[in-house]
Amino acid sequence: MPDLAVPDMAMPELAMDSRHATMVRGPCVHDERAARLAHPLPIRVMHWIGAASVICMMLSGGAIYNASPSLPFTFPRWMTLGGWLAGGIAWHISVMWILFADGIAYLLYGFSTGHFRQDIRPPGPRAVIRDLVAALTGRLSHRMGHYNAVQRLLYAGVIVVICLAVATGLSIWKPVQLGWLTDLFGGYQVARFIHLAAMICIALFIIVHLVLVMIFPRTLVAMVAGAPAEPNDGVR
Amino acid sequence: MTRPDTPRVKPAVTADEIRPELIRLGRRGMLARGLSLGALALLTGCDLSTHSGVDAALWTMLRFNDRVQAALFSRTRLAQTYPISAVTNPFRFNAYYADWQVRETPADWHLDVSGLIADKAPWTIDKMRALPQRAQVTRHICIEGWSQIGQWSGVPLHVFLQRVGADLKARYVSFKCFDGYSTSIDMPSALHPQTILALDFLGKPLTSEWGAPVRLRIPTKLGFKSAKNINAISVTNTYPGGYWEDQGYNWFSGS
Repeated sequence: MPDLAVPDMAMPELAMDSRHATMVRGPCVHDERAARLAHPLPIRVMHWIGAASVICMMLSGGAIYNASPSLPFTFPRWMTLGGWLAGGIAWHISVMWILFADGIAYLLYGFSTGHFRQDIRPPGPRAVIRDLVAALTGRLSHRMGHYNAVQRLLYAGVIVVICLAVATGLSIWKPVQLGWLTDLFGGYQVARFIHLAAMICIALFIIVHLVLVMIFPRTLVAMVAGAPAEPNDGVR
Repeated sequence: MTRPDTPRVKPAVTADEIRPELIRLGRRGMLARGLSLGALALLTGCDLSTHSGVDAALWTMLRFNDRVQAALFSRTRLAQTYPISAVTNPFRFNAYYADWQVRETPADWHLDVSGLIADKAPWTIDKMRALPQRAQVTRHICIEGWSQIGQWSGVPLHVFLQRVGADLKARYVSFKCFDGYSTSIDMPSALHPQTILALDFLGKPLTSEWGAPVRLRIPTKLGFKSAKNINAISVTNTYPGGYWEDQGYNWFSGS
């Protein structure tokens, strides 16, 4: 490691940088890296419980929507769960407890472990644009366990939108007992519309998410069985 | 519950005539099929015998939700009220049948009261009009998701229950209607100040389609709980169910 032995007195910051880079790439540190999983077990468990419950909520929500469509379309039967209004509501207000518990656990985990701060918090708009351009031109590499700016924006966005869907859902479930929440969203009818809009946003996210998983199938393995995080020595 | 707006003109023949019956017959089967579809979606790879288990689990969750909603319910928190100018016009007719099937009030109509009450003498409309009246302009929210604002007035149910000497510690108040409908509510909701036995709609005595001669108006619950065309009220500790509740609608259905 000759560059460490000869410090550059004229540019100490560069010397620090080069030492840091050397350490990251060093064999000892690399082993430590290999031990870190792209998705720790709690994340994997909460991801799949959350995924299943969000899908159930969307399908049963479709059955409820179809009882009185507020837009000029209805969902085909295969996109609904519960068969009719009562069945849809039974699913919706049953699974909501699972989604609620999973969501609370995930938020607590995300804030307490630094997962949100380190992995999810989106960088500034410049980085998002840079990574979006790189992604669209096929130059953005995918490193397991590290999210680029576009991913961060999408993941942070869908977490916020799911929270919004839960909050508006509570406000139209209990417009009297939680009247303050209903008022916050602009009244019952507006809250119901936001609830539907949030669902559509989540559906769009899922489509993008699934397309990207198909392009990088090993990410599916990492989210199911766990896989080591890759060193993040590239773009960012 | 019913389809969107139906024409007010009496249709000539049969599709509409048999539809309510078909719907009624189909509900339970549809619920069962719906739940088995759910079983498939959730439990891919399991055989269809899990259907009954999923079905039972959903009914258990509905009862759990009843308890949560009862705990969330406040006896003093009021549903939002609106100025009379906010009333939805025209107001949408809704029942488990089409509007041309509305039943006229029988000539010998009176309101029966039974169960855990002291004075079981039947009531006439004149007797009910002699009780204190209260008016409200509130939002009627249907379980289907649509909502509209209406104006009702009548006897607060707590006044009526006290007048007949009902056991106010009983669990349920049930309503039977001469059009075949029925529903039931929990006692705390029955005693809520905005729960009324409505006699008037939009300032005029109820007509048959809006629930004559007396209907329940309970803005702290979903619309199907506001039973129309009532002819019997009972106070009981035995779960009474109801027309839609027996088919799977969430019983408490509080707002």
